[in-house]
Amino acid sequence: MQKSFLSRLWIFAVWAVIGLFLVNLMGLIASVLTSSFGTRWLGTWLPAGFTTRWYFAAWDEFQLGDVLWVTFQAVGAVVLLSGLLGVPAAYALARREFPAKRAVMLLLLLPLLVPPITYGIPLATVLYKAGLGGTLTGVILANLVPTVPFVVLVMIPFIEQIDPRTEAAARVFGANIFQMFVHVLVPMLMPGVLAALLLVLVRTIGMFELTFLVSGPGSQTLVVALYYAVFASGVRAVQSIDAMAVIYMATTLVWLIVALRFVNPTQIVGRGKRPAA
Amino acid sequence: MSAVLESRAAGPTLRQKLAARGIDGATLLVLPCVALILGLFIYPFLYGLMLSFEPKDGSLFGNYARFFSDPFLYGTIFKTLRLAFPVTLLNLLIAIPIAFRVRLMRRQRLLTTLLVLPITLGTVLVAEGMLFYFGPQGWFNRAMMAVGLLSTPISVLNGYWGVFISLVLTGFPFTFLLTLSYVTGIDPSLENAAATLGAGPAARFREVFLPLLVPGLAITFCLSFVQAYSVLPSAVLVGDPANATRVISIAAYQAAFEEYDYSMASAIAMIMGAVQLLVVVAVLGCRSLFYRGPAAGAKG
Repeated sequence: MQKSFLSRLWIFAVWAVIGLFLVNLMGLIASVLTSSFGTRWLGTWLPAGFTTRWYFAAWDEFQLGDVLWVTFQAVGAVVLLSGLLGVPAAYALARREFPAKRAVMLLLLLPLLVPPITYGIPLATVLYKAGLGGTLTGVILANLVPTVPFVVLVMIPFIEQIDPRTEAAARVFGANIFQMFVHVLVPMLMPGVLAALLLVLVRTIGMFELTFLVSGPGSQTLVVALYYAVFASGVRAVQSIDAMAVIYMATTLVWLIVALRFVNPTQIVGRGKRPAA
Repeated sequence: MSAVLESRAAGPTLRQKLAARGIDGATLLVLPCVALILGLFIYPFLYGLMLSFEPKDGSLFGNYARFFSDPFLYGTIFKTLRLAFPVTLLNLLIAIPIAFRVRLMRRQRLLTTLLVLPITLGTVLVAEGMLFYFGPQGWFNRAMMAVGLLSTPISVLNGYWGVFISLVLTGFPFTFLLTLSYVTGIDPSLENAAATLGAGPAARFREVFLPLLVPGLAITFCLSFVQAYSVLPSAVLVGDPANATRVISIAAYQAAFEEYDYSMASAIAMIMGAVQLLVVVAVLGCRSLFYRGPAAGAKG
């Protein structure tokens, strides 16, 4: 079929917009990367020379060892707890019809629909009043608010796919609900659990607002430390901030690549509510 | 929990009654999760709401009166909307034609993966990168001048356009992926039917796709708007946080962590939530003016 000139022009325009977006995005990422390895970069296309010393400088200046350890602890605890709380709740919601079910579903949707900064400020106030503000516990608790409902909503369709007779058989053979979970359900649900928890992982590493509002000097995660470094730039060399940004990028990208082996990219924004396909 | 205790007291009959209504051991698994949301989401929200009515001056509506009488404070609403509305609309308008094009591709995964990048990198990293990339000596200005499109470097940083660009960079992928999932959800045979009946591409879009897409696009608009609306890091890092891009979240943050006036901060957070809710309700209200029905076609 011969396409008209106008429709070709239209197709070209659409691809041009995609291209423009990707070129600028890649340029942006590449310039951070180049700057972090550059020696002196003033008024030229590329820096005068290349070095890795900014990484050592950033590591010392921003105490990245501590920050990474805090990030690891916070993200690990959030992933573990949201799995432990979210998967059983998803099971109950997928398998049982009970009077307040609609209210519970609405309750779980709310934290995903209200942006973190809106509920983060009252939440931070309450956590500070309770003496948890500025602590690692506070950071973990705050981050659980969006992740637990997310796990529940992602897991419900996975659980609904499993034949209920499998569980009935386990119960007939004398397994209690805990044994049934550990020996029957969890192994069958593993792909779903893995997908949900990886998404939680990627989101928690990148979760700025809640961690920013709740964390204190000793409980900053990498993304918050990066924000403060950029915010107070001028004190430190630009390149060491860029080096820190690259380290942050690397931590998220590794997990993103792992996550993409198990999940569809649209799930990352899908908030667990998949539209009918 | 009281339900459990009662059932023990009254013997097996009540337990069986409860089980018949769907309440048994497995149902109780939902309780820890509900308790978490009640404790860390609902309670702080109500606490903040109460706190916002207990301002420092002792009057009931002191915080709200102060907010709506001080242009430095109430102006933040318009500054936020002036950023969030155009950005969301632009993202949606670009996302629709691209989603229609990508829908026809076989290998969508590479492109969608590339587009997921800025979402996972987050606003802080994008703002950090922009500081250099769009700077006077950055690659953007250099390339523009080398091609001859610009004679002097343009400065987009430290102002409205810096935040605008950062919101497009982080917001577009989000809008696009949601739009794509709605567009691919429409049965292609509907388009074929329209084409058979002689409708051209523009007519097919206007008469077939658009009415089916409106509900999904309204939801996409709301979710993207909420993202753009609560912008904080980029408004501070690549914007002009004292003036042109003093968005409402900055005002709330400053009240809480610079003035330590948690009451005022809660009041601003409540206003922020209310404005957002108004926009979402308005957009979803407009949606009901359009067709509502299945988009996947009849499956017999």
